Amino acid sequence: MAAQTGDAFTSNLSRIYATYTGGFAAFVLLIAVLEQMGVPDHILGYLFVFFTIAVYAMIGVLSRTMQVSEYYVAGRKVPAFYNGMATGADWMSAASFIGMAGTLYALGYDGLAYILGWTGGYVLVAVLVAPYLRKFGAYTVPDFLYARYGGKLASICGIVVLMSCSFTYVVAQIVGTGLIASRFIGMDFEIAVYVGLIGILVCSLLGGMRAVTWTQVAQYIVLIVAYLIPVVVLSAQKYGVPLPQIMYGNVLQEITAREQEMVAQGLVAAEALKPHTQPFANLDPLNYFGLILCLMVGTASLPHVLMRYFTTPSVRDARKSVAWSLLFIFILYFTAPAYAAFAKLEIYTTVIGAQVADLAANTDLAWLFKWGSIGLVKICGVDAASAQAVIDACAKVADHPGIVRLADFRIDNDAIVISTPEIAGLPYVIAGLVAAGGLAAALSTADGLLLAIANALSHDIYYKMIDPNAPTARRLIIARVLLVIVAVFAAYVASFRPADIVAMVAWAFSLAAAGLFPALVLGIWSKRTNSAGAIAGMIVGFGLTLYYLVGTRYYAMGFYEMWSGLSGASEAAITKYNDLKAAWEAAAPEAKEAAWKAFDTHAQTVANWFGVRNISAALFGMPIGFIVMMVVSRLTPAPSKELQDLIDEIRRPSGGVVMKEKSA
Amino acid sequence: MANGNQEEWWASTRGLMITALVIWFIFSFGIHFFATALNGIVVFGFPLGFYMAAQGSLIIFVILLFWFAGAQDKIDREHGFAEEG
Repeated sequence: MAAQTGDAFTSNLSRIYATYTGGFAAFVLLIAVLEQMGVPDHILGYLFVFFTIAVYAMIGVLSRTMQVSEYYVAGRKVPAFYNGMATGADWMSAASFIGMAGTLYALGYDGLAYILGWTGGYVLVAVLVAPYLRKFGAYTVPDFLYARYGGKLASICGIVVLMSCSFTYVVAQIVGTGLIASRFIGMDFEIAVYVGLIGILVCSLLGGMRAVTWTQVAQYIVLIVAYLIPVVVLSAQKYGVPLPQIMYGNVLQEITAREQEMVAQGLVAAEALKPHTQPFANLDPLNYFGLILCLMVGTASLPHVLMRYFTTPSVRDARKSVAWSLLFIFILYFTAPAYAAFAKLEIYTTVIGAQVADLAANTDLAWLFKWGSIGLVKICGVDAASAQAVIDACAKVADHPGIVRLADFRIDNDAIVISTPEIAGLPYVIAGLVAAGGLAAALSTADGLLLAIANALSHDIYYKMIDPNAPTARRLIIARVLLVIVAVFAAYVASFRPADIVAMVAWAFSLAAAGLFPALVLGIWSKRTNSAGAIAGMIVGFGLTLYYLVGTRYYAMGFYEMWSGLSGASEAAITKYNDLKAAWEAAAPEAKEAAWKAFDTHAQTVANWFGVRNISAALFGMPIGFIVMMVVSRLTPAPSKELQDLIDEIRRPSGGVVMKEKSA
Repeated sequence: MANGNQEEWWASTRGLMITALVIWFIFSFGIHFFATALNGIVVFGFPLGFYMAAQGSLIIFVILLFWFAGAQDKIDREHGFAEEG
């Protein structure tokens, strides 16, 4: 299907995707039949992974293109509704799909900061940024900075921010594909990483944005079906109504009652209990609202999200498309708290308070040992690999009463969604479906990120700065070569399972919020903002945020001692800091490392300004970025008349794109 | 297409932007300051403070964006700045 037949394709979209969805349902039924016939689980798991990747690959190959505008912005003919679905898949990562419900399980009300932050950000996207960038007609976000702020320096600042937030993010998605494939179907982690790499490249290499768009729509359908089914079935089993999003109100009531009961039974101390629905038990209000703000503003500045709105046919469609995106994202995000509540009630009633010796006899708790054996569930401080391991570990705990107390039990955030099919007693086919959904979430996000990175390199650096006269064919070859290089490098980094990089994903939001948001918003909404102001603001905002992130995480002692006057640490925490430091300094050489670890871990909790946690670093960088941008702009000459006219043109929806592609 | 008055049109656009952001601010931050108090009210088993953060605000955001897309389009048409005339 080349460009000529592309229009036939876009006019038949609803039929094509209805057929696809029906085909997928038939495939799931076929797997269910195979399971009943006794085909082993891991074969079914492989079928799920390979069938879905083969379908994405087919879409990727059919969407191949040799046109620049098709490659970068899918020819700007993606209808608002489908672009909304594609953005949903682009946005919801492996962490949203697998980890979000677990975060809500662990943090209760305070975890809702993620739900609010990752949805409310789209209001900023629609109102402040996306329609104007669409009108401008950029291929990439740095492309806009280049034109608006007169040249290479602003563009390079944008590229640096883009790289620093997108690369760690894409590595985390590839790690995500590896974890999903290794946990569900027992594939080797390193092999699974390269299977993920192939899954990403087949979707993006031949067709660029065009292929990524249509595979993301297909991936959205898989991931949303896979996410809803287990918890819908669970709700139907428990309450007879297949609407978990409404029925979990009852679950919350039962959790609250059970929490009181656990206190009465001595399973948890009253002061150690963090009630599920109680606000600010885990995060203080400053950090709760700070996190919401950073996630929202970060959402509105992440290049891989913004560039999805470059693909709509009109500015009007770009606005509508943001609304559709949010609706499709909402469907998953308003279900996640239901997952958390159902899982929490199940664990509080069947695991907490159970006799340690009886755990193995309860067949409903088989999932406990299954996920315990790969380190996702810990009881009495050890992996719940077998009943005996748990019994031995609990026996070693001083004064252990022989029943599982709340503090004895630890479940990894990732285990909530993946263990729900088994908690609900569903057949393996549903677990396989969840694996396919998680894989779709990880691959679709990785595709979007990879394209954002590779396009910045090929369009903004190669074409705009190195060889502006490059012919179309060469531009497209360079774009693909860079895509492969970035993808292989990301997979190579991912194959080491870098824990630090996965943790750094949360940083992407603060870095984007401080580094890009002020320049984008003021570039559109303030004519007075000039290139000197924008560059200064981007450097200061991004630099300050990076300094805070790295300083508080990796140089906690130095950071604390430099800024101890601003630290929000309590007296007791400061005393502990001094004690641990003295202990580390006095420690014998062989004990030095352990003492440093204890000291450094504690130092990270006191190294801060006003108690703001590392993840909300943009709380400082973003406002200061805005201030610097406005002050420096006003101290230097206003932008030229031509530039002010350009801004007027960007604001008006009428009149076609501002940037014209000469060769396409 | 250029028959519209750019200043008037931009003032309406900016007004809509501010309205949308005020609603956004209220449902992103404003009501959640009162989460503890709202939790005293229980609807369908949900403490209201929890419900607003888990679903209520999200529903408002979705409605807000569909409304915003329509309202901005209306402004563009009235002032003659909409696409395709």
